[in-house]
Amino acid sequence: MSKILMKGNEAIGEGAIRAGCRHFFGYPITPQSELPHYLAKRMPEVNGVFLQAESEVSSINMVYGAAGAGKRVMTSSSSPGLSLMQEGISYLVGAELPCVVVNIMRGGPGLGNIAPAQGDYFQSTKGGGHGDYKLITLAPESVQEIIDLMAKAFDLSDQYRNPVMLLGDGVLGQMMEPVELGDIKDVKQTEKTWAASGMKGRNKPNIINSLYIQPEDCEDMNEKLFAKYAEISGKEKLWEEYQLDEADIVLVAYGTAARICKSAVDKAREKGIKAGLVRPITLWPFPDNVIADAASSANNVLTVEMSMGQMVEDVRLAVNGTCPVHFYGRSGGMVPLVSDVLAEIEKLAAGGDR
Amino acid sequence: MMKKIFTRPKALTESPFHYCPGCSHGIVHRLVAEVIDELGVADDTVGVCPVGCAVFAYNYFNVDMFQASHGRAPAVATGIKRSLPDRIVFTYQGDGDLASIGTAEIVHAVARSEKFTSIFINNAVYGMTGGQMAPTTLIGQKTTTTPAGRDQEETGFPIKMSEMLSTLDGAAYVARVSVHSPQHIVKAKKAIKKAFEIQMSGKGFAMVEVLSICPTNWGMSPSESLKWLEENMIPYYPLGVYKEPAEVK
Ligand SMILES: Cc1ncc(C[n+]2csc(CCOP(=O)(O)OP(=O)(O)O)c2C)c(N)n1
Ligand code: SF4
Repeated sequence: MSKILMKGNEAIGEGAIRAGCRHFFGYPITPQSELPHYLAKRMPEVNGVFLQAESEVSSINMVYGAAGAGKRVMTSSSSPGLSLMQEGISYLVGAELPCVVVNIMRGGPGLGNIAPAQGDYFQSTKGGGHGDYKLITLAPESVQEIIDLMAKAFDLSDQYRNPVMLLGDGVLGQMMEPVELGDIKDVKQTEKTWAASGMKGRNKPNIINSLYIQPEDCEDMNEKLFAKYAEISGKEKLWEEYQLDEADIVLVAYGTAARICKSAVDKAREKGIKAGLVRPITLWPFPDNVIADAASSANNVLTVEMSMGQMVEDVRLAVNGTCPVHFYGRSGGMVPLVSDVLAEIEKLAAGGDR
Repeated sequence: MMKKIFTRPKALTESPFHYCPGCSHGIVHRLVAEVIDELGVADDTVGVCPVGCAVFAYNYFNVDMFQASHGRAPAVATGIKRSLPDRIVFTYQGDGDLASIGTAEIVHAVARSEKFTSIFINNAVYGMTGGQMAPTTLIGQKTTTTPAGRDQEETGFPIKMSEMLSTLDGAAYVARVSVHSPQHIVKAKKAIKKAFEIQMSGKGFAMVEVLSICPTNWGMSPSESLKWLEENMIPYYPLGVYKEPAEVK
């Protein structure tokens, strides 16, 4: 099949449709607006539901309703909108409802700006809302990878009955790249016998609920969630290794920052500096073992982010003191230049003080 | 054999209510369940309960149920109804839930004329959290956060949700009823049944506001509370049908 040109935001929409998602609820915000625009046209073509909600608070609660009714459902927003959704996401986790939540991150804090950023790593991977929980967080770096990961996102959320976050930034959302969509396949979906969709002859009601009034029961629930998270951590880590052969300097970056780092690694290798990159694709579960392995034979680890440094904390935990972990980042919507990252690599190669 | 004339509606489970003695929640649960039975729709019904004293309603209604976050039941119901248009969906919400934290959700669900039914319990107070002022608390009414009585200079005026929502074109049926006397309970049930029938006929959004008592937080006996409701709430919150489809008038 031939390739077509698509924007990242549109690819998220098409990927969701191809994954069998027929319900979308969202509230407009830049830089993800092409996604609702796309789905407003596309959903009716597949007899799906596109609904513009009155706020992100409503969007996520509509998602709760559709997910609890047993449907594949998605919402999308950008940073401030995600902040508003946090209570709802926590309820989705507590009620063990599958859904996909997209965050095309922008500059913050506050209203910030509409430029690309990676400042919501903590919010996405550490819970974000109240209570003890995790979101499976997928961070694609290209339009093709978006298409490839959307089906995975819905499958993982159904399999583990936990929301999945697709985390990108404004560059990824807005950029146009050629993609191979592949054939439209019938999507195999797991049967959701737990859904509250009307008893229809069942003799016991199904209840969608996150209230565990007895502390003993609530603790049991937390332990159940964390047993699930242990299984996910064991089975579902995704990452890419780039030029890691004999790498003295190991870069760690995701999404748009990782693409910039790949160019910097190529330039460094041209100059004879043995640099390489680990690109986490799942930010949670975090591929800490891969980073630890790469770091064990390296002299330096350099984390590059479009933030003041968030993922770097997980990198430090993974490396666990076996070699120094450095950080380079731009924030507030500023994107690092390849030459800036290269300069950081060269400083480390020269053994100089960064 | 003796004929049974008073039995538990099938749409209620065997679980005993946890509500305080005299509380209106139990009466209204029963009315909703009787309506579900009479319409024969228990198998097709999905309910959404709020955060508030009725949070455990999922243990009482013998139908598929959701527990929603505080105020968001209309958004949750929207998600359910848009996913399952042939099911009957209702929300059951208190006045803190529907008229304070969840005003945006109810207003926009009505504006979109979502085809579900909301049962709105107006007891002029926050029951579950300890008797604080609700958006429906009357001027002069003492609550734990208006110990000297609600003063309009400080806290503004009570919200009349039925009047307000009935101005929206998306509202198909809006009625205010009370459950302070047997006659009123009969009328309340008729309104609830109508609100379900309107949904089933696809005419749009339907809400029944039920004036209710909270003896515990009002600091009165159940019988004093019933009298207080009649003498104080009904003059401010007149009973009646605020909106109904033209054809069924
Ligand atoms: C986001 C959030 N804010 C506040 C609360 C605390 N809270 C629980 S119930 C309630 C008030 C409920 O009052 P109402 O809706 O009038 O119902 P009632 O208890 O009187 O039936 C509040 C404020 C909460 N659970 N969640
Ligand atoms: S506190 Fe009030 S509303 Fe809540 S159960 Fe008791 S009487 Fe009913």
